[in-house]
This record gives sequence, structure tokens and C-alpha cells, in this order.
Amino acid sequence: MPRPGKLLIPSRRMRQYILRRLVSLLPVILGVSLITFGLMGVVPGDPAEIIASRGKDVEPTQAEIEAVREELGLDQPLLLQYARWLGRVVRGDLGMSLRTGQPVWHELTVRLPRTLELAAGGMIIGLLIALPVGILSAVWRDRFLDQVSRVLALLGASVPSFWLGTILILFFAVRLGWLPSMGRGGLRHFILPSCALGLGTSAVLMRLTRANLLEVLNEGFVRTARAKGLSEKAVVLRHALKPSLLPVVTVLGLQFGNLLGGALIIETVFAWPGLGMLVLRSILGRDFPVIQGFALFITLVFVLVNFVVDLVCRWLDPRVQYGV
Amino acid sequence: MEQAESLGRLRGQTLTGAARDERRSLKGPGSLRRHLRPTATGVMGLLMLFTLVVAALVAPLIAPYDPLAIDLQRTLVPPGRAHLLGTDHLGRDVLSRLLVGARVSLGAAGFTVVVVTTVGVVLGTVAGFYGGWTDEIIMRIVDTVLAFPSIILALVVVGLLGPGLRNLILGLTLVRWAGCARLVRSLVLSVREREFIRAAYSIGACNRRIIIRHVLPSILGPVVVMATLDLGNVLLSMSGLSFIGLGVQLPQPEWGAMVSYAQLHAQTAPWLAISPGLAIVAAVLSAHLLGDTLRDFLDPRYRDMVS
Repeated sequence: MPRPGKLLIPSRRMRQYILRRLVSLLPVILGVSLITFGLMGVVPGDPAEIIASRGKDVEPTQAEIEAVREELGLDQPLLLQYARWLGRVVRGDLGMSLRTGQPVWHELTVRLPRTLELAAGGMIIGLLIALPVGILSAVWRDRFLDQVSRVLALLGASVPSFWLGTILILFFAVRLGWLPSMGRGGLRHFILPSCALGLGTSAVLMRLTRANLLEVLNEGFVRTARAKGLSEKAVVLRHALKPSLLPVVTVLGLQFGNLLGGALIIETVFAWPGLGMLVLRSILGRDFPVIQGFALFITLVFVLVNFVVDLVCRWLDPRVQYGV
Repeated sequence: MEQAESLGRLRGQTLTGAARDERRSLKGPGSLRRHLRPTATGVMGLLMLFTLVVAALVAPLIAPYDPLAIDLQRTLVPPGRAHLLGTDHLGRDVLSRLLVGARVSLGAAGFTVVVVTTVGVVLGTVAGFYGGWTDEIIMRIVDTVLAFPSIILALVVVGLLGPGLRNLILGLTLVRWAGCARLVRSLVLSVREREFIRAAYSIGACNRRIIIRHVLPSILGPVVVMATLDLGNVLLSMSGLSFIGLGVQLPQPEWGAMVSYAQLHAQTAPWLAISPGLAIVAAVLSAHLLGDTLRDFLDPRYRDMVS
């Protein structure tokens, strides 16, 4: 067992792996940028006309539209447009919001932390439910709690989070008046949206924790620990639990995308001023630069998070192969 | 040989189920109750789904009121004898809207799954069977689409195309075909090397015939399971996007959108939010139950591929 301090310094193989993974991310990121750029091509209507008619009551003249087209370079070949757009994006310039006139980059970065904290809240609630229930239902396999958790997992995967959020508001905010129903503030504002988000995640993680723990409990080192005369509690918590959590971390990373997507929708339930509210308002207001910037931005966040999860997994379990 | 295999498969059927990990503990023919349990949940899922589909089909006949009829004299009436599930803020009967909404919600989700599966099967089969650069190109596109979190990509596509049911279906299809194509490709890859395919080649069958007569029938099971599970997930995404106003437009009833209007009257008419949500849960749950059960009946070789 290497000392913790040593683990933090990546080995040569680890560094090579990180580099290779980063390089393999490039085509994906490029593809994502192509899709986001290509999506603008399917927008109904002429973007130059839309932009030229902004903030005016009268229809723009043909000359005005052409002027906008030339100014934005929309009359140039697509490939050139893409290259120029990509060049700007790399420098963090995602254009201006048509609605507010603010730089899109600024609008997105201000709201990202708020959406991330919501997703993180959901993740924490999910883990808080899933780990104890998962562990106990592995230990008391086929007993009452295990059956309950089986039903809970099925329900959790079938209940839409936005409806759960609405029901939680009805009960805890409207009926009981215990918690605020909307807006962002202290910890109290966090509880309901996090619960609405976390239940679905806990459903997935709960059964996974149970299945993995059961598998580990069959292994030889667990038998050794039992043979030493350790209590069942010590066997499970001190020996079997840690190795069984690795797949849970992997799935947690994959779940992050769902949590992020769920957070975007949950925001409208709780009037949470994050990316979801921004993008919804932009969609209804046809604010294309914001939608496009959002797509690119959120995907990069997602790809990076998965990358980090991958590294964490490899760090947790050195047996995981370094091959790509 | 053939017989032994089918016997093994039969036994596999009776031994597996919702309690798949309990296989090891099943030694004798004793625990019949356990053998039947997965079938019971499967039948329940099938019955629920069947009921919902039939209700959707005959909705105009059994709906007690016109789902679009506005009656401002009777707004926000609580559930009672005249209106079993109450009325909404415009005096429309919730039960009628729920029934007619089932046509939209289930119909759109079902249609999406059919399109997604068709696209996925065609592209996945081509990629897996022919390999080479076709495979390379298709799989790179698949990887890129899967790099997006699915609901977010759908959100963006609908956002750019504009809200509406047609664009919602288009957006979800654009997102979901990739996962299906990936599964089908891996299935085709594993089938392609089997002996009966080589046998078909040896008697001179052409590629098209082999694909249609041999490859597709043998991957049908896992594809059906995936489509069933997908139905639940598409229903969830669809109702979520309709909830935030990107799906079906007013005044057409749709379950997700009904929850969103109910939110505005949470103080005075809490029952409005409950019934459409329960309808979504019932539909998604039945698809999941049915899909899970079907998966447990699958050939173990493919079971782990269908996530």
C-alpha cells in the first residue's frame, strides 16, 4: 500500500495516460463544435434578417440585411465561416446575446456555478440515500429492506424529477410551509431541488452498490477477514466496502450528465437562476448565440467531468488498466 | 447439439428473473414462487401498458367531456362526482385531458422509439456487418453524439428549431439513434462470427440475404428489449421537455405540460399536479417493468449488452 502522499504525484505511466486521453478528447471536441456550428444551419429563417430586424418596428430593407450579412461574414463559404467561428470560440468569444447585449461567455460563466451546485446537491442527496440503503440491502439480502429498496429503485427510475419537485413544493412549501419553494438563497433553498434531483440518481446507485457489495462479499479476502473472527460490521465496512465502490464512482460520473440535464429542467420548477432558466428564455426569445454557446459550453463541461472521473477511478484502483 | 442448446435456454428462462443474482441459490425445483415473480411483474407491466394504450386509443369515446371545452363557470373544481379528477384553471375536465393527452404522450413516444430503433438498426447493422471505413465513419458520429448528455442535446436541437411536437420528436431521434446503433453494431459483430452465418456463406447466400434472414432475426430479442426500455426513457425526456414548454403547444393536452400549468395553481388546486404526474409514472414504470422482464428472458450471451 503506497503512502497517500506518493499517490498524489502521477507516475510516468499515469502522465502518459493523461496525455493520451487528452489527445483522444480532441476529435470529440472538434466533432462537438462541428455539430454546434452545423446546428445553426438548420435554424429556420435567415439569421441576417433576424439580426437586422432586432429592436426595430419596421421590416429591414434588403440593403440593411445585406449589410448585416457582410458584417457577420455570412456571405462567405461555410468552411471559412466555421474556421473563423472556431477561432473566436477558442479565444472565449461566443458572440453577444441578442436579448441582453451581454457577451454570451459572461452570461454562461455567471450561471454555470449555480447549475453545478444544484447538480452537486442532487448527487450528494443521491449518495446519502443510495449508500446506506444499498449496503444494508446487501447485508440483509432478500429481507424486508431489500425488497423495499427494489421497489424504490424501480419507482425512482420512473418518476420524472420535475414532477417530484412539484409534489415536494406542494407538500413541504405550500402545505407545511417548512421550506422555501423558489429562488436561490441559503442551504434551505437547496433542500427541495436537491431531493427532487437526487432520488432518480439514488435509484441507480442503490442497486449498483448492493450488487457490487454482494460480489465483493464472495471474495477470498472477505472470507479471511471473517475467519479472523471480525464482526460482520467490520468485515463489511472496513474490508468489503471500499473495493465495491469503484463501479459506483464510474456510474456517478456517467450520471453527472443526467444530473446536469435534470438540473436544467428542475431550475424552472424552483425558479433557480441558472443555465436552465437562461437557455429556456433564450429558446423562447430565439436568442441563437446564447443557445449555440450553451451547447458548446455544457458539452465541454461534461467531457471534462468524465475525464476527471476516469482519473479518479484509476487513482482509486491501481488495477485498472492504463490502455486507452 | 441444437436440442441441448434450446434446452439450456429453456432452463435459463426459468432460472433467471428479477432476482437474477439469486441464480446461485436456486438449486432444486423448490422455490417456484421465486420463478414466477419476474413473470408476475412482467405481466403487470404489460397489462399497465396495454391499458394505457387502449385508453389512449379509445380516449375520444370514453372521455366524459370535451378536453378543449372551456367553462369559466367551473374553474378549479376539486375532484368529485361530476369531474372525477377535477377541472383546471379554464374549467376543462382533467380526466378528459389526461385521456386525450395519453394519445399525444404515448403516441409521440412510441413513434420516436420506432424511428430511433429503425435508424439505429440500419446504421448499426451496416457498421457492424460491413466494417471498414463505413463502420469507422458511422462510429465516429455515434461517439460524438454520445459525447453530449442526451437531454441537453435534445434541448438544444428543439431550442434552435423552435418549440413544437414535431421538432421535439426530431430532436429526441437525433440524440437517441446513436445508442441504439452502438448496441446493434456490437450484436451484429458477435453474430457475424457464428457458425450458421459461415454456413450460409458456404451455400452461396448473398450479403443481403444473410443480413435479412440470419443476422436480423438473431438480434431481434435484444433490440426489442432495448426499445422497450427506451420507451420509458423517451417518455421521461419528452414529458420533461414538454414541461418546460418546448413540446406540444397549447391548447393540446400533454401530460408534462399539464404538470407545468398545474404549478401555477399549486396554492389553490394541488390536485391538478398529481394526476398527470401519476400518469407519466405509470407509463414509464410499465415500460421499465416490461423491459426488465423481457431482458431476463434473453439469451445470457446478450443480456449484459443491453444496459
